[in-house]
Amino acid sequence: MILSQIHFPSIKNIVEWPNFFGDGWYGFNKIALIALIAAAVPALIFFIAGRQSRLVPRGVQGFAEGIVSFVENQVAKPGIGTGYEPYLPVLISFFCFIAVGNLFEVIPFFQMPLNARMGAPLVLAIIAYLFFIMVGMKHNGPVAYLKMVAFPEGVPKAMYILVTPIELISTFLVRPFSHAIRLFANMLAGHILLVSFGVLCIAVWTLQLVAVLEVLTFPGLIVFTAFEIGVSLIQAFVFSILAAVYIGGALHPAH
Amino acid sequence: MSNFIELAQQAAELAQDGTTNANLTADEVKSAEAAQGAGMAYGLAAIGPGIGIGYLVGQAVQAIARQPESAGQVQTVMFLGIAFTEALALLGFVVFIMLKFV
Repeated sequence: MILSQIHFPSIKNIVEWPNFFGDGWYGFNKIALIALIAAAVPALIFFIAGRQSRLVPRGVQGFAEGIVSFVENQVAKPGIGTGYEPYLPVLISFFCFIAVGNLFEVIPFFQMPLNARMGAPLVLAIIAYLFFIMVGMKHNGPVAYLKMVAFPEGVPKAMYILVTPIELISTFLVRPFSHAIRLFANMLAGHILLVSFGVLCIAVWTLQLVAVLEVLTFPGLIVFTAFEIGVSLIQAFVFSILAAVYIGGALHPAH
Repeated sequence: MSNFIELAQQAAELAQDGTTNANLTADEVKSAEAAQGAGMAYGLAAIGPGIGIGYLVGQAVQAIARQPESAGQVQTVMFLGIAFTEALALLGFVVFIMLKFV
């Protein structure tokens, strides 16, 4: 069978990039470049938007205000509830950084989502983790916060034997990892999907007779590229709303 | 296709003799088992979240159909629920990657 000659690239070839300069821990590769751009682009947009603010927003200012009102109404208000205003900037930062980083999955010549390497989502999840613990401790006091997590209200006393370990482990141990892995695995899966379809299109094109299959694979590549744009934005939304829910849980006792 | 036939023959010989086949090295057997395990891990991990997300979105659609004015709120909660449910399938995917490639 001629199709069995197609070799998919190994995982090393699709997520690891050579360093532009430096090596080891200080190496600067494509991922680092994407991370820098993903941090710079939202900063630039908000800087330009805030430089001369008009009462009726136009152009860049309208775009920036759209992002802010989206995060405010769809992420911060449902996630945190009352008193969400101080935490809006961190949620907007999360959303913009992750969305731009993810969108590099479909931008030509980059074609690599920032969050398909475990480093970026893990650092973001650790920031969110430290942030919500600090918010909870500052708002309720350290002991009261730990008590609030370990002994949720409205549970029969005998059930605390079961509930307390589960709550402590799920809040303080599992939460940052599930938060990071959710983003990482989604983006890696999307990247592998696009790479698979890309390889399939090229390989099928080079096999003379089988090139007819291109009518199936090429539209598939286009459709999945569009699908991945949606997934990129939804994952940025999901990451920031989960951060908002964690902050809200630390802020208001007994939910 | 011929590879598959050869592999099947070797597997049949293995089953009859009960001894290791000289043509298969230990590494090959290990990677074959890892590939099988990886496929099975992801397949099994996808069942539960598949049912869960289907049920969740179905209920959300029902809620929106009954009360269209609350669509925004329902959608936010729906995405939240999907994110939590999906985590299990994604863990299965991570296990797949670890077995197959790492």
